[in-house]
Amino acid sequence: MAMAASSFYCVDPIVKGISVRRVPSSAQNLSISCTMAPANPASSPSSSSISSEAPRIHGLERPDSFGRFGRFGGKYVPETLMAALRELEDAFSFLSKDAAFQEELAGILKDYVGRESPLYFAERLTEHYKNCEEGGPLIYLKREDLNHTGAHKINNAIGQALLAKWIGKKRIIAETGAGQHGVATATVCARFGLQCIVYMGAQDMERQALNVFRMRLLGAEVRPVHSGTATLKDATSEAIRDWVTNVETTHYILGSVAGPHPYPMLVRDFHAVIGKETRRQALEKWGGKPDVLVACVGGGSNAMGLFHEFVDDDDVRLVGVEAAGFGLDSGKHAATLTKGEVGVLHGAMSYLLQDDDGQIIEPHSISAGLDYPGVGPEHSFLKDIGRAEYYSVTDDEALDAFQRLSKLEGIIPALETSHALAYLEKLCPTLKPGTRVVVNCSGRGDKDVHTAIKHLKL
Amino acid sequence: MEAIAGMRNSAYSQNYSQAVPRQLPLSSQRIPRIVSASACVTSMTVATSRKTIAQTFSDLKAAGKVALIPYVTAGDPSLSTTAEALCVLNDLGADILEVGVPYSDPLADGPVIQAAATRALRNGSNLDSVLEMLKEVLPKLTAPVVLFTYYNPILKRGVENFLRTIKAVGVTGLLIPDLPLEETETVRTLAANNGLELVLLTTPTTPKDRMKDISEASQGFVYLVSLTGVTGVRSELESRVENLLQELKKVTDKPIAVGFGISKPEHAIQVSKWGADGVIIGSAMVRLLGEASSPEEGICALKNFTQELRKVLP
Repeated sequence: MAMAASSFYCVDPIVKGISVRRVPSSAQNLSISCTMAPANPASSPSSSSISSEAPRIHGLERPDSFGRFGRFGGKYVPETLMAALRELEDAFSFLSKDAAFQEELAGILKDYVGRESPLYFAERLTEHYKNCEEGGPLIYLKREDLNHTGAHKINNAIGQALLAKWIGKKRIIAETGAGQHGVATATVCARFGLQCIVYMGAQDMERQALNVFRMRLLGAEVRPVHSGTATLKDATSEAIRDWVTNVETTHYILGSVAGPHPYPMLVRDFHAVIGKETRRQALEKWGGKPDVLVACVGGGSNAMGLFHEFVDDDDVRLVGVEAAGFGLDSGKHAATLTKGEVGVLHGAMSYLLQDDDGQIIEPHSISAGLDYPGVGPEHSFLKDIGRAEYYSVTDDEALDAFQRLSKLEGIIPALETSHALAYLEKLCPTLKPGTRVVVNCSGRGDKDVHTAIKHLKL
Repeated sequence: MEAIAGMRNSAYSQNYSQAVPRQLPLSSQRIPRIVSASACVTSMTVATSRKTIAQTFSDLKAAGKVALIPYVTAGDPSLSTTAEALCVLNDLGADILEVGVPYSDPLADGPVIQAAATRALRNGSNLDSVLEMLKEVLPKLTAPVVLFTYYNPILKRGVENFLRTIKAVGVTGLLIPDLPLEETETVRTLAANNGLELVLLTTPTTPKDRMKDISEASQGFVYLVSLTGVTGVRSELESRVENLLQELKKVTDKPIAVGFGISKPEHAIQVSKWGADGVIIGSAMVRLLGEASSPEEGICALKNFTQELRKVLP
C-alpha cells in the first residue's frame, strides 16, 4: 500500500505518457494564481487563471493528495479509470502552472464567453427587502447568466475542452440533465473542433426537446439513456461507462464539482473565476468584501465557483440553497445536504439520497439542474466543518422568486438560480441594514419558460 | 449422514444468530423453498468445511484443471430461480460461484447486467433477501461463493457489520468493482479479520507497477479484466489478453481468472490456453436466465451452457 501510494501520488510536474504541448520553461511561472492570498487580491495576476496548489482550511487541504476533502471525495471508480484519472490530475497540475495554457484560457473566456461578468446592484430587489424603519441589506447579482450560452457552465466546459486539446484527446463525452451542461459542452466542442457525444436520460430528452435540438445543431450526438430511471444520474453512469470503454481516446467533461478526484477540484478551479472577479469587483465598488454569498446547489459548481475564493475569509458567510421540491417531508426533493446520508455515488464519497439498502433514490426538483441525488464532496466537507450553511426552498418558493426577479429587475433567472433568490425571503429579514449580499445569478431562465408556463397563470 | 447435516445446520444457525449484529428478517416464507430435491444432491455435509478460494485454486492446479466461475445476478428473474441456478451450476462442476447483489447504479456493468439488476430491484430483491436466499442455499453447495457488490450498499450497512453478516451467511469472498486499490485498505484488513477473501481487479489500462501492487493485495485470486470496458457479451476476445496474462504472471504467483466479455466456449478455451487459472462468465449466464421465456427454460439453457463449458475446459 505504501508503495502504491508513493508511486501514484508523487508530485511530478511533467505529464508522463501523454503529448502535452510544451512552452518555453521561462514562461511557465508567469501566471500562477494566488488563491492562498485572499486578503491581497491585487497580487493575483489574472482572475481567470487556475490555481496550482491545494488550499487549506482548518489545517486540512482541499483536497489532499488522495482527492479527499476531510472524509469526502476520493476515487471510487472501476480500476480501468484509475490511470486516466491520474493522467488528468498530472495534466491539470502541469497546465495550471503553464503560462501559455493560462493565456489561451483567459483569452477565450474574455472574447468568446464574454467575461468578466458584471457584479450588478439589484436596486429594486434591494428596495423590496427594505424595512421602512431601518433599511435593509444591499443585494448584488453576479451575472453569470450573461455568459455565452446563458450560464456559468461554460467556464468549466471551456477549461476542460482546452485541457483535452492540450492532452491530445479529440473525442469528448458529457452527461446532461436539463441540457445546459450538454449545450455548453457541445458549444465548446464546436469551437475547438472536437467530436462530442452527450448522454441524456430518455425522459429528460422529451422534457428538454429544445436543448436536444440545440446540441444537435452545434454538431453533437445526443445519446438517449434508457437504463435505471432514465434521468441525470443514469446519464452520468452511462457517460462513465463510455469513459471506461473509450478511456484511451476520450476525455469526459464532467459538468459539476462531483465525480472522482480530480474532477471536484478541477471543475471548482475552472469556475473559481466567479469568486475572484467578485472579490475584485466588490473592492472596486465599495472597497470591501461581500458579507454574504448565496448560491444554489445541485451538484454545486456555481456555488463552489463563487465560494472558493472566500472560504478562508471567515467574515464572509457562505450560503448554499438546495431544492426542497414538493417539501422536505414529501420524499420528493433534491435536498441532498439537508436530508441525505453519507455514501458513494459516481466516484466520490459525499452526502446522497439513498434508501435503507444503499440504493440511490430518484430526486425531484422543478429545476432539472438541481435534480441530482448527490452533491459535490467539498460542499459536504464545508457543511460538516460548519464553514458553509445549507438551506432548501420548495418548487413553489422558487417559482415565486422566478417571477419576482423578472418583474423587479427585468432579469428572467434560471429555475436553479431562482432557488438562491428565493432564500432571500428568509435570509434578508435576519440581516443587519447595509449587509452586502452577493447572489450568484448562475443562469438565465429562457430555457425554463416552457416549464414555468405549466405552473404560472399570468 | 442426515443427522450430521442436521447437527451442522443447527450449529450453523446458532452461530448465525449470534454473529449477525443487525437482525435479518428470517421469515423464510419470503423466499419460497424452491430448491428441488433433484438439484444439489451432492453436498449436504460440506457447508462447514467449504474450501477457501485460494485452496480451491491450488487443488485445481494440482489436478491440472481450470476454474469455471459463473456469475449470476441475485434476484433475476427471482431469488428462487437464482437459488436453483446456483445449485445447478454447483452440481455441473462450477468451481467458484460469483453472486451479484443488484444495485441501482452499476457503473462497471454493461446493458445485460444493468437490466438484470433493474429487474431484480423491481421485483423486490434487496440485500437482506439476497443474503437470506444465500443462507438457505449455501449449505447445499460445495463451491465457494464470491459476493459481487458495489460499495455504497456496504457502506450503508457499515463495513464491519456487512462483512460479519456475509461471513455468517457462508460467503467466502468479496469483489467490489468500484473500490480501487487506494480505497481498499480498511476493507481488506477487516475482510481478513473476518476470514473473507477480497478479490481485486486489474485491467488493460493498469500500469505494470500498479498491477504488481494489486496482485499483492488481492486475495483468493487476481481478477484480470480482459478488455477496456464494462461487463457484457462480446463476439471476439481481445488478443492482448495473452500479453496481459504473461505480464501478470511475471509479477504474481497467485491464480489469475479472466473475466468481462468471456461469453462463448471458444473464449474459455482460448484464455485457458493462454494460461489463465480460471474463467469468469457473467453476462452470457445472466442473459440465459433473464431473457428466457420462463425460469424453467432459463435453468435448462443454463445447464446446457455450463455443461458445454465444463466439457471444453481442462
